[in-house]
Amino acid sequence: MTESHDDKDDHHQDELGHASSYYVILEEAIRVLLIEKGVFTAQEVETQIDGMDSRSPAVGSMIVAKAWTNPDFKAWLLRDAVEAVSSVGVDMNNQPDLVVLENTAEIHHVVVCTLCSCYPRAVLGVPPAWYKGREYRSRVVVDPRGVLEEFGTYLSDAINVRVIDQTADRRFLVLPSRPEFTDGWSADQLEALITRNSMIGTAIPLTPAQLKAETATQS
Amino acid sequence: MTGVHDIGGQDAGPIDLSDHALSSFDQRVDAMLMLLVHPNRGAFRVDALRRAIESYRQQDYDSLSYYERWLGAVRKLVVEQDILSEEEIAAKIAELKAQKVGG
Amino acid sequence: MITGSGKFTIGGLVRVRTGATDYHCRTPDFLKGKDGVVEFIVGKYPNPEQLAYHKPGLPKRELYQVRFKQGDIWPCYKGSGDDAIIADIYEDWLEQTPQETYHD
Repeated sequence: MTESHDDKDDHHQDELGHASSYYVILEEAIRVLLIEKGVFTAQEVETQIDGMDSRSPAVGSMIVAKAWTNPDFKAWLLRDAVEAVSSVGVDMNNQPDLVVLENTAEIHHVVVCTLCSCYPRAVLGVPPAWYKGREYRSRVVVDPRGVLEEFGTYLSDAINVRVIDQTADRRFLVLPSRPEFTDGWSADQLEALITRNSMIGTAIPLTPAQLKAETATQS
Repeated sequence: MTGVHDIGGQDAGPIDLSDHALSSFDQRVDAMLMLLVHPNRGAFRVDALRRAIESYRQQDYDSLSYYERWLGAVRKLVVEQDILSEEEIAAKIAELKAQKVGG
Repeated sequence: MITGSGKFTIGGLVRVRTGATDYHCRTPDFLKGKDGVVEFIVGKYPNPEQLAYHKPGLPKRELYQVRFKQGDIWPCYKGSGDDAIIADIYEDWLEQTPQETYHD
């Protein structure tokens, strides 16, 4: 804010991004007052928080896997993503319009919001910290290939990179290319290859070999 | 003049790829904002939230956490929309502080 | 050519208007003054420059999906010549590109 608060001294956050004590108490004050005034109820706040867990990258992975295994659904998704994702149970009420962009052998899409942090929350949940940060927002538009390399994603010069800056009323989900050596895989099996970053466009899906290595490390 | 938020193309350092879950503070601020902008309440539009965030001074925009920025903007907007007054907010903060000291 | 109710057509060359803004606007500074091509006519949406100040956002503004060549935006762009940036830009931020200045 341009107005200053006298008690601003304790405003710095710690390294993990935890809110300062001033903001913690400010949040409680505003929330309690809005409940007292009947703007919303405590229960509605709880329900809203619980609902955050239902919107996660798992929703996006399910949609991508379905598109990979069902050509009709894929065509529908690319033509009218709001209708298509609604048909598989995604609640698009009061959500911005959704558009799905297909990565191909020729074109790789990567999505950003340089002005704030617009993100396809209906299908990916809340954005990761880096997506909201200055470094990604500033740099991905001017040096997308360099930024993708920081994510471990190396694209050949033969692939055109398209950066989508979500400046207005639409949110974009990337439909990554289906990895090789996955013939005959079910949608459920394919979901494990589809990472959040592959649907933002900073990465490509895991290969079957990478998935196997990852699973081995975890067990 | 461009706003503090309008940073596409600027120089910046390497990207910190570490992921951390939202804190309960973050979740509550997120929930509160979503409820306020929901058409059933229509306290203000998300566009107004953006405008309020864009009005931060550079030092605040840079030093506050993401959800602290949101919360400061929510405070500005609920006052602007006559939903709460600064006096009410200050009184409630004092009340909550006194409760915590009193244990 | 496919046209909407707005001023510009798919495939049409457009230039993003310049001008500093001390109000809320959704046109990023790095695209101002840059030339692009209309890829898609998105439709009409309430004007965010009004919504941000608790006004109804009417009349609605036509929104365009515009593609910009990276090399046209950043003179020192490192990457393939076909790399592009895509952004949705409201009609009042667009003007016709003078033909002679656009090199495809």
